[in-house]
Amino acid sequence: MLLKAFENGADGVMVIGCLEGDCHYVNGNIRARARVERVYNILDQIKIGADRVKMYNLSAGEGAKFAAFANEFVDQVIELGPSPINVARKHEVQESAQEVET
Amino acid sequence: MITGTPKPIEEIIEMLEPYDNIIVAGCYGCVTVCRVGGDKEVQVLASTVRLAREAAGKKIKIKEVCLERQCDPEYVELMRPYVEDYQAVLSIACGAGIQFMAEKFSVTPLLPGINTGFLGVTERQGEWAERCQGCGDCVLHLTGGICPVTRCAKSIFHGPCGGSVHGTCEVSKNVTCGWQLIIDRLKSLDQMENYGKLKPYKGWDTSRDGGPRRIIREDMV
Amino acid sequence: MKSGSNLEKVLAAGHFAVTAECGPPRGADPNKVLEKAKHVKGNVDACNVTDNQTSVVRMSSLAGCILVKESGTEPLLQMVVRDRNRIAIQSDLLGAAALGVRNLLCLSGDHQKFGDDPQAKNVFDIDSIQLIHLAKMMRDEGVFPSGDKLEGAPKFYIGCAVNPFADPYEIRVARLKLKVDAGADFVQTQCIYNMDKFKQYMEDAKKQGLHEQVKILAGVTPLKSAGMAKFMNRMVAGIDIPEEVIKRIADEPKEKQAAKGIEMCIEQIQEVKEMEGIAGAHVMAIEWEEKLNEIIGGAGLLPRPAVEQ
Repeated sequence: MLLKAFENGADGVMVIGCLEGDCHYVNGNIRARARVERVYNILDQIKIGADRVKMYNLSAGEGAKFAAFANEFVDQVIELGPSPINVARKHEVQESAQEVET
Repeated sequence: MITGTPKPIEEIIEMLEPYDNIIVAGCYGCVTVCRVGGDKEVQVLASTVRLAREAAGKKIKIKEVCLERQCDPEYVELMRPYVEDYQAVLSIACGAGIQFMAEKFSVTPLLPGINTGFLGVTERQGEWAERCQGCGDCVLHLTGGICPVTRCAKSIFHGPCGGSVHGTCEVSKNVTCGWQLIIDRLKSLDQMENYGKLKPYKGWDTSRDGGPRRIIREDMV
Repeated sequence: MKSGSNLEKVLAAGHFAVTAECGPPRGADPNKVLEKAKHVKGNVDACNVTDNQTSVVRMSSLAGCILVKESGTEPLLQMVVRDRNRIAIQSDLLGAAALGVRNLLCLSGDHQKFGDDPQAKNVFDIDSIQLIHLAKMMRDEGVFPSGDKLEGAPKFYIGCAVNPFADPYEIRVARLKLKVDAGADFVQTQCIYNMDKFKQYMEDAKKQGLHEQVKILAGVTPLKSAGMAKFMNRMVAGIDIPEEVIKRIADEPKEKQAAKGIEMCIEQIQEVKEMEGIAGAHVMAIEWEEKLNEIIGGAGLLPRPAVEQ
């Protein structure tokens, strides 16, 4: 699912889980973190970059924290720039646009 | 089950270099149980490959498929109607399945997406361990149900060797001494008279050493 | 006489036997063996030549044995089953016997992971006990395992190794019995530091009468320093050095530790000499062969007995 988001054009993906020890589904958030770690590895290996995904833990009541995390992550992704997928797609569009013109 | 580990993605991308339209094929058998070749793994691998290829400026189209098994002809045949529409098949089944598909679809390159491992069991979720070497001459009744060929690093038949310390094999702290296990089990089964019964030299000709093997059931052919 | 080897004759005559070992070099230079053999000569009844010990590639044991023989000492061929299948084993036994080697030590061999070729194929076609059985069959029945007659039976005095300090302890004597039943004539033990445990082992072996069926040579290795003791204890599987032993050598100032190690080794030999059931000592002065004369002489075991050849 995380990888699909990048296929669909995401530059970054934020994963939110409950505070560790506080999961309604007992340890679903811990399992999620393990899977996110796996995605970090894959993204690094294919040169997309592990820092385009980040997992945050907070409780449902921490609205202000959520806003802060969201801002922080958005800034991080802006600094990283568009994902290599989007860069490649832009080139493709530009190239075909040029072909049309000529 | 037969276990395996994923091939490094760089190796897979290199294998896929000449192709831009492939099938990724998984298997609902062993490799699903050990989480390396089932339909989830097919989806993750396909996404990973598409992302890697697109980021490198060379897209690839992937058909995602998961077969019941890749080692029986009736399931493999289900791919025949469309397999030749694709340039290659990247299979994450075990080596037997990959080879069988290659035999059945002889004009389509079959690529291995995993490194097939061993015959093993699930000791706990996420951890699989080797149990059987397929030697073709089972002596488990004499060793309390523990295999000296597989569980002993030296396949000794009258163990343990002098390197067994605190139940650990000299090869690694993480490897239990197979003969310690056998002796403990023989003791608890009150079968210590079985110790030392394995005298005749092991016949390795029933294992792969005798050449690639074949079983024919006359009553079923 | 099973083999007519010097070692066999010395033991048969009731003398306390002495053996030592030479490790061949990591190359093709025969002089390296001959230099060690010089220090061994006259101090032992037979000299072991190790077989790719700890899976580290060295000149072959058989070649080392021939060099030792040429230098005037009777060799003892160590053979591991890690690297050869039964075809190569039989062939090497015939070759060794043809070249005049009369003593054989049958071993499993350390796993190849310890050497410089951990990716090598793991052979272990037969285990060390099956090797003893094979050597005995070829010697006493004059046939191959397949049943065909040998054109000249290899006459070896057949030995095995035991490690009273490995786990599980309760199987160690049972395993010795398997080796004796398979045909072992003599035993060389792993080097002893824990005397109490070794005495216990001998008591258990004697209960089964094994000391009367096989000649047991107690292994000793002189410590060069406290550092060596600590290293061996930690890194070598199956070595057991009690704290008191390490302390005894560690209490000496560094420059006196080597001498202390030799003194302790001599004491050990004298102690095992008095133990019922011990037929000899196997002195493994690894890379310290020049001290053999001092150690064996110090233990009152020189000159070595001359027996009718």
